[in-house]
Amino acid sequence: MILRGRCHVFGDQVDTDALAPGPYMRKPLPELASHCLEAVDPRFAREVQRGDIVVAGRGFGIGSSREQAVQALLHLGVAAVVATSFARIFYRNALNLGLPALACPALVVRAGDELEVRPQQGEIENLSQGTRFACEPIPAPLLAVVAAGGLMPWLEARLAARRGA
Amino acid sequence: MAGATLAEKILARASGQPRVRPGQIVTCAVDLLMMHDSGGPRRVAQRLAQLGARVWDPEKVVVVSDHFVPATDLDGAEILALTRRWAREQGVRHYDGVGICHVVLQEHGHVQPGMFCVGGDSHSPSGGAAGAYMVGVGATEVTGVLVTGEIWIKVPQTLRIDCAGRLGAGVSAKDVMLHLCARLGMNNDAFVVEYAGEAVAALSMSERLVLCNMAAELGAETGLVAPDATTLAALSEAGRPFAGDAGAWRSDDDARFDARVVVDAAALPPQVAAPHSPAHSDSVECAPRGVRIDQAYIGACTGAKLSDLRMAAAVLAGRKVAAGTRLLIAPASTAMTAQAAAEGTLATLTEAGAILLPTGCGACAGMGAGMLAAGETCIASTARNFKGRMGSAEAQVWLGSPYTVAASAVKGRIADPREFLA
Repeated sequence: MILRGRCHVFGDQVDTDALAPGPYMRKPLPELASHCLEAVDPRFAREVQRGDIVVAGRGFGIGSSREQAVQALLHLGVAAVVATSFARIFYRNALNLGLPALACPALVVRAGDELEVRPQQGEIENLSQGTRFACEPIPAPLLAVVAAGGLMPWLEARLAARRGA
Repeated sequence: MAGATLAEKILARASGQPRVRPGQIVTCAVDLLMMHDSGGPRRVAQRLAQLGARVWDPEKVVVVSDHFVPATDLDGAEILALTRRWAREQGVRHYDGVGICHVVLQEHGHVQPGMFCVGGDSHSPSGGAAGAYMVGVGATEVTGVLVTGEIWIKVPQTLRIDCAGRLGAGVSAKDVMLHLCARLGMNNDAFVVEYAGEAVAALSMSERLVLCNMAAELGAETGLVAPDATTLAALSEAGRPFAGDAGAWRSDDDARFDARVVVDAAALPPQVAAPHSPAHSDSVECAPRGVRIDQAYIGACTGAKLSDLRMAAAVLAGRKVAAGTRLLIAPASTAMTAQAAAEGTLATLTEAGAILLPTGCGACAGMGAGMLAAGETCIASTARNFKGRMGSAEAQVWLGSPYTVAASAVKGRIADPREFLA
């Protein structure tokens, strides 16, 4: 898997209320996603393009267990999230739902830089600046989930194997 | 070889290993799975159907409707109806609008010492108050647990927090947690937090729930308190059978803690968190004087249990909410509302001018009555004050204990509760 996209840069502690605001939580995903990150950057949901990459600081996704925080980003076409560090539930949710999430404390970017991300190898190239960075490894059970395309396909395969046995 | 911590012992038992160590990845058998109306059947029913799978063990699943109760619009009503149908079809226990999930689990004794539990909610660490290891996950992982009865965990390091001395009058577990959020930050994801010390031993189960609940705000894997006589008494009162050796779950005397922090509980003043983060906490004495409060909110799992209502009543007895300020109270369970009514606590609150709201997660999660308009300022007994969480992104939310929220409601601005309790 190789992802290439333009990056949007956010700060530390981007929380799940910013990603999936409570007042829209009972609404269908497209409506919820149109408010994604509006408390931090009101233009983001309008301006993000399919394949873009979200880059952020420490504790990305802190707060709620709501998966809509991940699904809103997926709905808007975000291809990957790269952060200094992640909140633990968001990190598991992202990879379980097929949104590559990579912890890369060393990454140096400017907004709008073009990045190439190889999630399974844990590598990021900043094409705009000609620099390369190594990410923290994804834990083995999640790497298997990523390889299967998410937790649902992983579960399907496991159940099929069990039925076949 | 050093002994094991309480968290390591529970993870070893749940994964069938003689011993586990920080960093190791283990697969744990789940003793209890909790989900609510927002992240539960609404989001897992279709996935289970797609997999053609059944619930691995209906006896180990509890559903609690608390986010959209009572329904305020058609979307919410349909979600609640779906939740009821699914729980009935699957034959799982369903608490429907009678309390907030973490509080209901404790009231009914579902979470017990030594258990390994999973909850479809980020405040699931609350279960640690009973000496269990309980983690929060998203709805897809809930689906995984429903199908397999298992989940993988990377064994965290244990952060031991010793609370020395007794908390002073007008100071509560909430103040301890706000202090810790400011001191330790919110990125402690490498750790499980074990709370101990004289102040913790003196706390009720409701107050221990606050310590563990807000391990989520520390960004920790979870939080827990080793069981003691208080724990066992609460389990007996809940009336659900529990193991005879339940009180034996504790860290070894020679356990190696990866990090230790001491809180001088006796010297801790009431804390308030400034917008928009629990980590923006400081002593109430340092809060800016002139902040006018439009709404004071006593609600949520963190801040509206019977113990919290009593704290508010201690401040509000014989006093009135300030003109221009509204005090909203959403008790954490209907059983607690009934108890507060029977003992007179509720009358103290309403005579002070408090407006009573239905039990449920409500405005804490920006979902029920009590949402905030742009430009409004609120002080809440809830766990989080992220921008936009309680309504408008242009609202300002401060956090404090129920004592501090009640005192601020009386003054109409952020106030130190100790002057009301002298």
